[in-house]
Amino acid sequence: MTYLLIFWEFFKTGLFAVGGGLATLPFLTQMSQTHPDWFTTEMLTDMIAVSESTPGPIGVNMATYVGFTVAGVPGAIIATCSLVLPSLIIITIIAGMLEKYTNNKYVQWVFSGLRPAVTGLIAAAGYSVIKLSIMVPDAVFNWKAPWAIFDWKCVLIFAVFVVLTQLKWTKKLHPIIFIAAAAVLGIVLGL
Amino acid sequence: MGKDLWALVVSFFKIGIMTFGGGYAMLPMLQRELVENKKWVTEEEILNYFAIGQCTPGVIAVNTATFVGYKIRKIPGAIFATVGVVLPSVIIITVIAAILSNFAHIPVVQHAFAGIRIAVSALIVASVIKLIKTNVKNLPQIIIAVAAFILVAVLGQNPVFAVIGAAVAGLCLGKWGERKK
Repeated sequence: MTYLLIFWEFFKTGLFAVGGGLATLPFLTQMSQTHPDWFTTEMLTDMIAVSESTPGPIGVNMATYVGFTVAGVPGAIIATCSLVLPSLIIITIIAGMLEKYTNNKYVQWVFSGLRPAVTGLIAAAGYSVIKLSIMVPDAVFNWKAPWAIFDWKCVLIFAVFVVLTQLKWTKKLHPIIFIAAAAVLGIVLGL
Repeated sequence: MGKDLWALVVSFFKIGIMTFGGGYAMLPMLQRELVENKKWVTEEEILNYFAIGQCTPGVIAVNTATFVGYKIRKIPGAIFATVGVVLPSVIIITVIAAILSNFAHIPVVQHAFAGIRIAVSALIVASVIKLIKTNVKNLPQIIIAVAAFILVAVLGQNPVFAVIGAAVAGLCLGKWGERKK
């Protein structure tokens, strides 16, 4: 019975959480209220922290975590599968239609408008990660010392990494090398 | 199981395990693995998938995996690519949830992640530079890109509005361009 409930709750989440990642959060908050025996809202904060500091899409990580907390390994698998099932169905249908109409001029016009917009959206997502990574947490902007909101060690590392991704010799390096190097730097410098 | 299905699982497993932060943070890995190495899709197609993934339900990483899988091997491809992208999460999170209840509070993990966030920021900047070079070339495209950025980053609006607005703008520009000819 618990398994069925898990399936139902996560299928709903997958079906209605539009925009990915943290869009699943309001649904999980609600879940902790409808099923108080599953997990508490305080546990949710921990789950977010773990989901953000481990590899993988955040939405999927959260589903696995909640599923495991509620019903062990089977719970984790059921929660994850039911979260992705709506995507799988909807996207397969859209992909099929897209293939059929890919040469339609209206479809091409729509996408010619969408591509620059998505570029802007990705830049916006990047901007919020940059703010999070190079600014001092909870710093208040002060006109007398506007530079105080930046963590200069982080700004410097960020600048070096951006340059490295553009230099001819280093730009072909696999992204995971940058990530691993940054993790080591973070530990060594105690960021 | 076909060779290409196995290749899909392996590629998306790699992408899933190397994505920190989900969503758009996956883009550098997608560009590297799918566009440059495997040449399964073009950069334009990935942007199309992101646009659709932004306004359809579900996790964007999963939606993109399903799209690419479908393009390579129809429905079996969609299923195997999706399994590949979620598998690392299922394994890693289960292990962490089982043995470490305070994983995110360990100082070493916090320091490492502060560093990782910086690298992810820089990688996203590099991806955006690449995208601008191929997709934002003329004045209307620059206006659309800047407007989408301001709408979400400065005004804090829902990205879905940017997607819908850009679709309408694309239609109008196309119609207008046709009439000029």
